[in-house]
Amino acid sequence: MTTGRLPTLIAALVGAALGVLGLPAQARLTIEVTGGVEAAQPIAVVPFGVSAGLITKDDVAAVISADLVRTGKFRALPTRDMMAMPSTAAEVDLRDWSLLNINSLVIGRVEPEGSGYRVSYTLFDVFGGKEIASGNLSTTTGGLRLTAHRIADQIFEKLTGQPGVAATRIAYITSNGRGNSQTVTLRVADADGTNPQTIVSSNDPLMSPAWSPDGRRLAYVSFENRRAAIYLQDLASGRRDLVASYPGINGSPAFSPDGQRLALTLSKDGNANIYVLNLQTRELTQVTDHFAIDTEPAWSPDGTQLIFTSDRGGSPQIYRMAAAGGPAERISAEGDYNARASYAPDGKSVTMVSRVNDQFRIAVLDLERGLTKVLSQGDLDESPSFAPNGSMVIYATIQDGRGVLATAAVDGGGSQRLSQDAGEVREPAWSPITK
Amino acid sequence: MISTPTRPRAAPRRDLAAPPGAVLVLALLLAGCASTQPQFEPQTLGTGLPPPLPLNAAPSVADTARTEPARPTYRGPWEDPANPLYRRTIYFDYDSTEIKPQFLDVIRTHSAYLGTTKGQRITLEGNTDERGTREYNLALGDRRAESVRQLMVAEGVSADQMATLSYGEEKPADPGHGDAAWRLNRRVIIHY
Repeated sequence: MTTGRLPTLIAALVGAALGVLGLPAQARLTIEVTGGVEAAQPIAVVPFGVSAGLITKDDVAAVISADLVRTGKFRALPTRDMMAMPSTAAEVDLRDWSLLNINSLVIGRVEPEGSGYRVSYTLFDVFGGKEIASGNLSTTTGGLRLTAHRIADQIFEKLTGQPGVAATRIAYITSNGRGNSQTVTLRVADADGTNPQTIVSSNDPLMSPAWSPDGRRLAYVSFENRRAAIYLQDLASGRRDLVASYPGINGSPAFSPDGQRLALTLSKDGNANIYVLNLQTRELTQVTDHFAIDTEPAWSPDGTQLIFTSDRGGSPQIYRMAAAGGPAERISAEGDYNARASYAPDGKSVTMVSRVNDQFRIAVLDLERGLTKVLSQGDLDESPSFAPNGSMVIYATIQDGRGVLATAAVDGGGSQRLSQDAGEVREPAWSPITK
Repeated sequence: MISTPTRPRAAPRRDLAAPPGAVLVLALLLAGCASTQPQFEPQTLGTGLPPPLPLNAAPSVADTARTEPARPTYRGPWEDPANPLYRRTIYFDYDSTEIKPQFLDVIRTHSAYLGTTKGQRITLEGNTDERGTREYNLALGDRRAESVRQLMVAEGVSADQMATLSYGEEKPADPGHGDAAWRLNRRVIIHY
């Protein structure tokens, strides 16, 4: 279960090369749930039973419980309020839980298996009086936490009908210090903020991380050696490819949904225009040709269309065109600044940055009804992207003068704040769901 | 697919048409006003063009240029605070790429120097404040650098003496969040 983990060695080597090991070693993201608890469903995740003498590093039930609470759709019964601690179906008396007005009950066990564990769980509908889901997952010892996230996702999907995102990851940029002593780092952490891994670190800016659809690679913009360039980096091996370093802008990388192409922004011929690079043949195709700024391309989920930001009408607005190029139609209607749009997984809406009364806020534009809904309350909010299940949007905001990340539920309800113990955090990018 | 004719970098730009007479007077009046010049780090940039990046480089990107060797004592007249070339920053209005009259003399001073010092290369570094999206700001910074470049070409500087590089909002002179910081961050730096 350790696919996609990053070699700590590489991170350590990069850190050593830059002398960043003197910084707080575990600059983890701390997540606070800031809203959504009111409408949440009550659930109880009973501490998992373990074989006698077995000590696990992670508390599986606590991880599952926290994952469910973070969605904003669940409220967890504190362990101290539990009247019983069943770990097998035979030990469960659902009346205990209905008295506490608990809708759903999760129990489970962790057993040794080979050099790792076998984790089993059962989900009960308390008022329906029956078991509604169960599973057995094998894992290495190191993969136990990820296994807990996968169980949380299975439970979430069973109860809401929507895929869970607890087993996904978030890429983000952090920065510490200023000027020549500035360190900018591209990191990837689990969706609960734990296990932060350094992908690349630099004294020059890094920006615009973008996931490949298989979740194995990141594209990003680096200014190392005082030159703008786009790299693709394989997370498992650390190997990276330089894919663009033209005169002018090399920005806004975005993988096509099939992973074969990369949309990007170049200004090598005078103005910021959008190009598509075939990653196999390295053939570069220009898809916009306008004297205005055209940038921030994003693919439709079916890969047939691109949306992008252009100021061709006098202010930045969102336009849509065929991915192969051709005429573009404006899709953002309201306001004098709409930028950096990206699609929801179902393709029915986009999230973008909108200026509202001089404040930069995160909005969702419903493409079918043409309605815009503002999701955030900051004044410099930016870099929104949908969670891979479409339930929420993650974005960057400023709190007490410091860059932090936040999430907002698209349908109202849950919100979270993700901050680092030191330095600024920005440009979140949510990984795809990978099995 | 669209064919890609090479577009000259000269998209028509209203902002470069500055009224010359008024400009000179203003420039003289305002010449001493830009005392908020951010501090400069010495650059080890020799050719104006950084070395090409290796393919498949390891992810360690410790910038060797920053492990400064013995700090060169004097690299050129732009390091002398008494020299007019010392002013190397052009500030911009919000969301604008227009060069304000009070900065024309800065550009002319450097243009004259570059015109007589043909071996000298510069990089025009475009920057923005933090408002607006990062990649849009990268394009805005690129346009600002391009505005300065075109004016310097018009002033007789050879195009191959100049490169542009936009950092967008990524390298603020002042990391604060407000008008005072933003004013300092909307800038093009002439880097020797």
